[in-house]
Amino acid sequence: MSASDSSPGPDLATLLPGTLDCVHCGLCLSSCPTYLETGRETSSPRGRVYLMRGLAEGKIPLAGVLAEEAHLCLGCRACETACPSGVPYGALLEQTRAAVERAGLRPTWARRLERLALRGIVPRPRRLAALMTLLAFAQRLRLDRLARPFLPKRLRDAHALLPLVPPASQRRRLPAFTKAEGERRGKVVFFEGCIMPELFGGVNRATLRVLVQQGFDVLVPEAQGCCGALQAHSGDLETAHELARANLGALDPGDVQAIIVNSAGCGAALREMDHWLGDEASRVASRVRDVCEFLDEAGLRGALLPVPGRVAYDDPCHLVHAQGVSAAPRHLLQAIPELELVDHDDPSSCCGAAGTYNLTQPEMSQAVLARKLDSLEPVDPDMIATGNPGCLMQLRAGAEGRGMRAEILHPIELIARALPPSPPS
Amino acid sequence: MATLPLSSSGAPGASLEDELRQAVGAEQVLTRPEDLFVYEADGLTHHTARPRAVVLPRDKTDVVQIVKRCRAHGVPFVPRGAGTGLSGGAIALDDGVIIECARLDRILRIAPEDRFAVVQPGVINADLSKAVAHHGLFYAPDPSSQQACTLGGNVAENSGGPHTLKYGTTTNHVLALEMVLPDGQLVQLGSPTGSAGGYDLVGAVVGSEGTLGIVTELTVRLSPRPERTETMLGIFPDVVSACRAVGAIIRSGLVPAALEIVDRRTIEAVEASVYAAGLPTDAGAVLIIELDGPAVAVGRQVERCQDHCREAGASEVPVARDEAERQRFWRARKGAFGAMGRLAPDLYVHDAVVPRQKLPEILEKICEIGDRYRLRLSNVFHAGDGNLHPNISFDRRDPDEMERVLAAGEEILRTCVEAGGVITGEHGVGTEKKEYMGLLFSEADLDAMRKLRAAFDPDRMCNPGKMFPATRFCAEANPKARGYDQVPFG
Repeated sequence: MSASDSSPGPDLATLLPGTLDCVHCGLCLSSCPTYLETGRETSSPRGRVYLMRGLAEGKIPLAGVLAEEAHLCLGCRACETACPSGVPYGALLEQTRAAVERAGLRPTWARRLERLALRGIVPRPRRLAALMTLLAFAQRLRLDRLARPFLPKRLRDAHALLPLVPPASQRRRLPAFTKAEGERRGKVVFFEGCIMPELFGGVNRATLRVLVQQGFDVLVPEAQGCCGALQAHSGDLETAHELARANLGALDPGDVQAIIVNSAGCGAALREMDHWLGDEASRVASRVRDVCEFLDEAGLRGALLPVPGRVAYDDPCHLVHAQGVSAAPRHLLQAIPELELVDHDDPSSCCGAAGTYNLTQPEMSQAVLARKLDSLEPVDPDMIATGNPGCLMQLRAGAEGRGMRAEILHPIELIARALPPSPPS
Repeated sequence: MATLPLSSSGAPGASLEDELRQAVGAEQVLTRPEDLFVYEADGLTHHTARPRAVVLPRDKTDVVQIVKRCRAHGVPFVPRGAGTGLSGGAIALDDGVIIECARLDRILRIAPEDRFAVVQPGVINADLSKAVAHHGLFYAPDPSSQQACTLGGNVAENSGGPHTLKYGTTTNHVLALEMVLPDGQLVQLGSPTGSAGGYDLVGAVVGSEGTLGIVTELTVRLSPRPERTETMLGIFPDVVSACRAVGAIIRSGLVPAALEIVDRRTIEAVEASVYAAGLPTDAGAVLIIELDGPAVAVGRQVERCQDHCREAGASEVPVARDEAERQRFWRARKGAFGAMGRLAPDLYVHDAVVPRQKLPEILEKICEIGDRYRLRLSNVFHAGDGNLHPNISFDRRDPDEMERVLAAGEEILRTCVEAGGVITGEHGVGTEKKEYMGLLFSEADLDAMRKLRAAFDPDRMCNPGKMFPATRFCAEANPKARGYDQVPFG
């Protein structure tokens, strides 16, 4: 379902072709976290597709069950991995949410919160940085903890998820160009993301370090910005398309091998840019690679140092289901000496973070997180690796809540730990 | 028989919906029109009926309460699992209530030494095998929808699957049942030891399509994992030669775990999907053969099967290289129905059984019927036990095509019955085939079944409108009445 038209207001009839791919076999049901939690057909992918078809055929209204379900859905897209018929569920959901947004059917607080955060702050690097500075200041003086009891419940929930904001020195953007070490194997663009440099600067530096050490020149175009994924997920396709269009120019690869992304949510959005912007975006979209996927394809060169410990790898939904990448991070981790990759049940099910879902649907988010922790806890890993900022925050908060000792990190951080020290430059 | 103490139903004049909300909690009762819209169909999309309400019990007490209250209001009820059934069995006719059992999803007990498990009806089929794998055990019936379908639904439909050939259908694996009768009584049928004496009521309930009561607990047999399992693909130029190989393998005395045929149209659809397994898209048909048992024996059997395939015209017979490839073959086979969504918006999965020796001739006739009605028909089926699944891809929005689909379907069923077959192997009768029961059973045969049903459910409260023809049929349609001497098996 590629919308060649970038306008954010597709007619509801455009939902129909995608829904017709569903023959109602039901193989998706058990992959759906909200179905497993509720047991309701209405909260299953098959049920939601049936509702969407019903809407497109004029049998049911948008307001009511469908509008609620469009936002109760995590958007994890595990159903796409289960669907033999190839129903473009993610695209259908995005269109349905956009319709819900246009019709003004969301609770006012949710709209306001998302508008403010996703239009006003996240895609604006200076404002985001200023907010983080403020937050870092508050966290250091423990003002946030003092203020906590006076915050509305939803902000309290948000606060519980928020990691300690790193000091300003670690929140700097990466250099525009870093030269490959040793024999040069190629040149790549690195997509920094918006939240990543602020809260997970360490992951970005680890990514840069690994790419450079592995022989790749790394370009970090300054004009790049937010990918638009969170906005699209919330139903604001207009902003999402604007952001994507800006990145189209900024990320145009020229002669680079790949556009490297280390955040699964951003990777999925960038990879599917052509769904929003049409064929003009396919040049960029087709070169987007998750960092683990890219390194696994290229092959790690040189010996790795041991990183002793038992590691559980948990698939970010937007990596395994939206981008189809699941073997590559495991291969890379297995290549590290003394690192034991341990299995847990259902590594490819959602952790409940799902963008801003843990703020807008806290109860379901917690229920989905509980299932995830139930599968991780008995394995008692030393480390849990997952490649998406939302999942990192959600799993950190969840593991801490249960008193689990595991360190939660991005797989690229483990690979960076296994690299020999850099030669003096 | 044990009876739970019951409170009387709610205040006089209260609506059924209000009483249900009071009994099980408001959030467990769905009544909005769009909720009911979603529950209008199961896996068979062209038979629809909207329920009056959907209730989601969380334990057996809830089920008893729901049944009691529906009964007090004279409203019929239908148990539903995952709604993957293919005969319209889980839709509510007569403005009935759907009792959605998906939340009754706990495995209550695993007894590895006695090789049984006690589960609630909403446990997903594949989850049970996963949960007992570390004991070296598995649950044998494996319908293609096993990653989603529930064990309660499997009991209702007496579900089969590819491994029915060696392991039998659900009825061979259910030891005991706890069920709520249509009058609200909770009863225990059968025994975990498998021999309880008295009437075999477990046998009567398995395959009863929800017409006798609502199962709240199942005790099922677990089977030991075979020492070795090998899966191979016979690559054939056409479906008929693959059928000949099936005949030769069975005649030779081998008992494979599974013998499945997938035709070209199906291979193409699956190979375009997420379940692609590298099946050759230029083959006319692929015969999936699985052998399991003691390691030494299986090795020899593999060679014998390969020989039979080559003699029947197979160009090659590769064996799965490892467990991962074996699993891919099966995921492709089991994802086949859903993959047909790539051809058209709807799929009518037929289900009939014919004697194995008739397979080649019947398949030719079925393909001829499909062509004559100008339909996109494909075949993917349990060849080993003669269980055909002619699949017709169509669009229910096209009334002319819909008419041809139904006419072709009826002709296919008649052809199978005339060849000594039956009208369903594992999908049940439901609403889909109730009017075809007369092809197989005489009025007296059906009356015997009606009497059994009346013993459990005299007022037809439990899944009414299923399985039995609405009208007395004409004798002419019935092969027995026409003096056929060979009574079809079933």
